[in-house]
Amino acid sequence: MSAWRRIGAILTKEFIQMRRDRLTSAIMIIMPIMQLILFGFAINSDPRHLPTLLYLEDRSAVVRSLKAGLQNSSYFDIKGEVQSADAGTKALQSGEAAFVVTVPAGFTRNLLRGDHPQLLIEADASDPSAASNAVAMIQQITASALIQDLKGEWAALAQGPPPVDIVIHRMYNPEGISQYNIVPGLLGVILTMTMVMITSIAMTRETERGNMENLLAMPARPWEVMAGKIIPYIGVGIVQTAIVLLASTFVFGVPFLGSVWLLSLGVGLFIIANLAVGFTFSTVARSQMQAMQMTFFFFLPSIMLSGFMFPFRGMPAWAQWIGQVFPLTHFLRVVRGVMLKGSDFAAMWPNIWPMLIFIAVATAVAMLRYRSTLD
Amino acid sequence: MPDIAPDLAIDVRGLTKSYGKLKVVNAVDIRMPRGQVWGFLGPNGSGKTTTIRMLCGLLKPDAGDGTCLGYDILKQSREIKNQVGYMTQKFSYWEDLSIRENLEFVANLYDLKNKKQIVDKTLETLGLSSRQKQLAGTLSGGWKQRLALAACTLHNPKMLMLDEPTAGVDPQARRDFWDQIHRLSSEGMTVLVSTHYMDEAERCDQIAYIAYGNLMAQGRVEDIIDRSGLYTFVAEGTGVRDLMESLRSQPGADHVAYFGNALHVSGGDLEALKRLVAAHQVSGIKWRQERPNLEDVFIHLMRQSKDNSVAV
Repeated sequence: MSAWRRIGAILTKEFIQMRRDRLTSAIMIIMPIMQLILFGFAINSDPRHLPTLLYLEDRSAVVRSLKAGLQNSSYFDIKGEVQSADAGTKALQSGEAAFVVTVPAGFTRNLLRGDHPQLLIEADASDPSAASNAVAMIQQITASALIQDLKGEWAALAQGPPPVDIVIHRMYNPEGISQYNIVPGLLGVILTMTMVMITSIAMTRETERGNMENLLAMPARPWEVMAGKIIPYIGVGIVQTAIVLLASTFVFGVPFLGSVWLLSLGVGLFIIANLAVGFTFSTVARSQMQAMQMTFFFFLPSIMLSGFMFPFRGMPAWAQWIGQVFPLTHFLRVVRGVMLKGSDFAAMWPNIWPMLIFIAVATAVAMLRYRSTLD
Repeated sequence: MPDIAPDLAIDVRGLTKSYGKLKVVNAVDIRMPRGQVWGFLGPNGSGKTTTIRMLCGLLKPDAGDGTCLGYDILKQSREIKNQVGYMTQKFSYWEDLSIRENLEFVANLYDLKNKKQIVDKTLETLGLSSRQKQLAGTLSGGWKQRLALAACTLHNPKMLMLDEPTAGVDPQARRDFWDQIHRLSSEGMTVLVSTHYMDEAERCDQIAYIAYGNLMAQGRVEDIIDRSGLYTFVAEGTGVRDLMESLRSQPGADHVAYFGNALHVSGGDLEALKRLVAAHQVSGIKWRQERPNLEDVFIHLMRQSKDNSVAV
């Protein structure tokens, strides 16, 4: 059958070409492995070990049992104590703590009297899914922690209605509206996708079409070429930001509590970080196709490990470490922090400096890789 | 760096470049006076493009040094780029920009004064004023080449390096192009053109022939032919073509080629050639000795170079 021979000929040619394009072949193998690792090990929609701070106005054996109970539940990771309610709020704002548990003065006395004292739990609900399981478990955790202490004459307290009146404040997103979390995050995702892709392709196109040789033969310095190629896309990024923020406010009704300037700083840094990545890719990629593949290779772990799709704190430590590298991780915290929590510069600084370092490294790599000759 | 020979546009020694194990350019020396038109010849893949790229600072040589327009080719590539116009082998202006936009872009990159005037004048000289808004990608091959030449001379360079500018261009356009080159040369521009065409080589003041990375010959066309040590006999008449195969295998006939209705038999050994010719005296075929032409010499040089590189 000559049809089979012809199919065979095309097939052979296809295999040869596939083998020649090393990057594509590598990505075809690495992509599934990366996805298996990410989905199989890194992602967990039931986050535990959430950082928790205590504000104790009452210290007693009962409070200590409560503390031990929280810790043992594996949902809460007691990081320490704060000395004022204000310090607790700050920790929630900066994202340092996911929960602040306040034990009010006279808690033990009122408990033993059977007065059902209040136990205040402030939860960072800006990501509703991250906090929800822990919040759902809190009643049960307190009850079982206290059962150890409520013995003898107090045993009756453990029987009837819950001995403690648990007050939960879902901070920053009391109704648990998921758009509040997703829409600002989407800004980061859109910027990552377009900024990296657009720059890497724009530069690779010059090489692919042979314009690069001409550009290099003319007296433009590398940084002049880089600046000239990147600045237009900063403009594109700003337009995209405006669109998402307008839609976020007027279509989705997402609150905007913080400073526009602080957010602008965050957006600016984030755009530059992504453009630097795109430029670096363009110095490696030999074709627009490869630039596109490399973009996806960066994009996929970015959205998986940054806390956009799945709670950041639900991931194992190694995945969080990798996640910290991506600028999207830090940008998400800034955009959510500024919009939903009204965080100030000091609270956001821990997420701003990693972006600065990322920019410095990515730009250095781009400049080193950029060839001012055709070598 | 002191300018030792101010009358030389190019003065390089030992220029060498390898890609992996392959030595593309091997210890090439070029001393080219200012104001001349030089042809750079050689078979495909002989290192012409690589040499030109090294001369104008687009590639870093592995070894060798020298100057281009008095500037160090290793350290002063910016100065060289400012004063050299380089036309790439493949059209490398922006196909999705209009003709005018391309010229304006170039004018801006060189930071020219009176940009608008220069661009207007160039468009007029090209005869493209009415089509200035047309995208460069929609131009035909000949027009693209004219646009490229106009663009790479926009900044009024002292030297032009043209990499196979006439490949795939029709004869009329080729002739126009060479008129342009001679016009530029008469204005004092030094021109280095790489080409495959023998007729173009003969339009040059001097030629340099490079094969397999080695500079094989350099000088005036006549001198190169004289120095080649090559002798050519031409056979004409009916049935000469049938002689070709039998002559090819004979000692003394280094190469045999058929063109212009005649058989050209060339070799370095005159006595052996004469014996060969005597042995092939067939009725109806007339033999005569002729001065070898440039093509004979080049093919001869190419074979020599190949033999050398195989020996190495």
